[in-house]
Amino acid sequence: MNPEHAPIIQMKNIEKHFGSVIALAGVSLDVFPGECHCLLGDNGAGKSTFIKTMSGVHQPTKGEILFEGHPMHFADPRDAISAGIATVHQHLAMIPLMSVSRNFFMGNEPVKKVGPLNFFDHDYANQVTMDEMSKMGINLRGPDQAVGTLSGGERQTVAIARAVHFGAKVLILDEPTSALGVRQTANVLATVAKVRKQGIAVVFITHNVRHAMAVGDRFTVLNRGQTLGTAQRGQITPEELQDLMAGGQELVALEGSLGGTV
Amino acid sequence: MSNAPIPSVVDERIKTRSRFREAMIRPELGGIVGTIAVFTFFLLFAFDSGMFNSQGIMNWSIVSAQFMIIAVGACLLMIAGEFDLSVGSMIGFAGMLIAIFSVTMGWPVWMAILVTFAICIAIGGLNGFIVVRTGLPSFIVTLAFLFILRGFAIFLPQQIERKTIIGGIKDVAEGDWLAAVFGGKILGGMFNWLGDAGLIATFERGTRKGQPVVDGIPMLIIWAIILVILGHVLLTKTRFGNWIFAAGGDAEAARNSGVPVNKVKVSMFMFTAFCACVFATCQVMEFGSAGSDRGLLKEFEAIIAVVIGGALLTGGYGSVLGAALGALIFGVVQQGLFFAGVESSLFRVFLGVILLFAVILNTYIRRIITGER
Repeated sequence: MNPEHAPIIQMKNIEKHFGSVIALAGVSLDVFPGECHCLLGDNGAGKSTFIKTMSGVHQPTKGEILFEGHPMHFADPRDAISAGIATVHQHLAMIPLMSVSRNFFMGNEPVKKVGPLNFFDHDYANQVTMDEMSKMGINLRGPDQAVGTLSGGERQTVAIARAVHFGAKVLILDEPTSALGVRQTANVLATVAKVRKQGIAVVFITHNVRHAMAVGDRFTVLNRGQTLGTAQRGQITPEELQDLMAGGQELVALEGSLGGTV
Repeated sequence: MSNAPIPSVVDERIKTRSRFREAMIRPELGGIVGTIAVFTFFLLFAFDSGMFNSQGIMNWSIVSAQFMIIAVGACLLMIAGEFDLSVGSMIGFAGMLIAIFSVTMGWPVWMAILVTFAICIAIGGLNGFIVVRTGLPSFIVTLAFLFILRGFAIFLPQQIERKTIIGGIKDVAEGDWLAAVFGGKILGGMFNWLGDAGLIATFERGTRKGQPVVDGIPMLIIWAIILVILGHVLLTKTRFGNWIFAAGGDAEAARNSGVPVNKVKVSMFMFTAFCACVFATCQVMEFGSAGSDRGLLKEFEAIIAVVIGGALLTGGYGSVLGAALGALIFGVVQQGLFFAGVESSLFRVFLGVILLFAVILNTYIRRIITGER
């Protein structure tokens, strides 16, 4: 990546044990500002555990987290969020019955003082929501439109725009495209590209190689709790990535029987 | 980065909605339609019965106000995603505490009221604490308290006074400042003037000859109006209101966004208890007595008023104004059937039918706003 940049977040030899199960056996990863770092791996590879460690949900059993060069210990997700690490979950990000603007400012409501009382500043919230949404290329009927009327891709975009608006420096996207159609996936990937241009580090978790190739600058593959290496964009082919994810041999055999379609 | 404003493109897949349809999609719709329907009905069929003279209006206004007070609490709690089935028992229990403290133990009435409020709000908080701590459905937890509180409301007076109704509160409350806040009347002067001017009915015989039959607005109605306005502003105009919607809409998503969901839920349980306590205090001051069976079934009536008002039973959506209209419909129909000379047991039939319609309408509105098909 850009050599004059220092990594914004460094995960060094992270280990996480759940009882006798070793979920992460020493995973290291650097993320630079403005890069999209794809984290790939099959189910059970430890992707989720790893990003949960990064976002403060889990505390590492061993290893060190450096954020902007300083060692950090996140006690809970609030710590990570206030440091600037925001996670957009595949589900559980938006409340369908509430309006886009109420969702956008959920937990960060702007207030307007009227005498001694604080009121929710709806005008400001609506204005910001409409602006941020149109920047992301989503045309709302109005800020009071319920999130339930948005498509899955649009919801992801609202969640991403919200994280960016509230000052995220590192944006963790947990399989944002896994449940989406082609067109919606394209929208989300376009959003990721926009966010990255603003200098925000994006950690993009996926098990879809094509989605990763579309936006990623670097690719780290996890397998059975270990890093199988990090590759730069252009140094690796989609086929090689796919093989790494699946752990090599078995897939080659499988691929043959499926006529090279996987 | 280049932030050129993107020209707003009209998405061809978004159907433009008519203003009418837009106006339809609001939680209060059912309440508004119902209120109009109910008033039209009784104006047509019971106009001559005295339902719409000063005493008649006061009659159904008081009943509606009672429903409103508990509906506001139930509404906010339901939007926050929980129920409280102990409201009715809480009313009986709170009334009994006031009576025992003031009549039996001889405390000043204001102290009896304040201590009762503190105890009831603490029990509401306990309800909420158990719900958020154990993750059990509030339905079960508050059902337990429905029995516990009703049991105490019968046991305590039995044990202490050997009866289930404690009277004599009017005498001890005479001149008490806080009792007047719940049992007093205001605007008496205006009603005297209206009576003198011949605009409202006056007594024609007896010691109060010449005085208006309705001699003021009971504090009960004032409480109802204040609580409705307060609840509405809290829900729609404050940050806490947004948290109430969020907690009920999807507690997990709300937590992920930093909303203190447990705090919101517990405080709404406490507010519901507060409302039940206001109801109980007004009732005790009006009747001058407390009874073990007071408030029976009130929890369900509150929930029905809230549902008629457009709130979803699953939480996350609703309106305090809608709940207030639901309570108004309730009060007008209950008293109106009496004025219209209809057998009063039919009120329950009406309740069941309107509840069913309200729930079906709410489900439909929910589909529209969330775009589910």
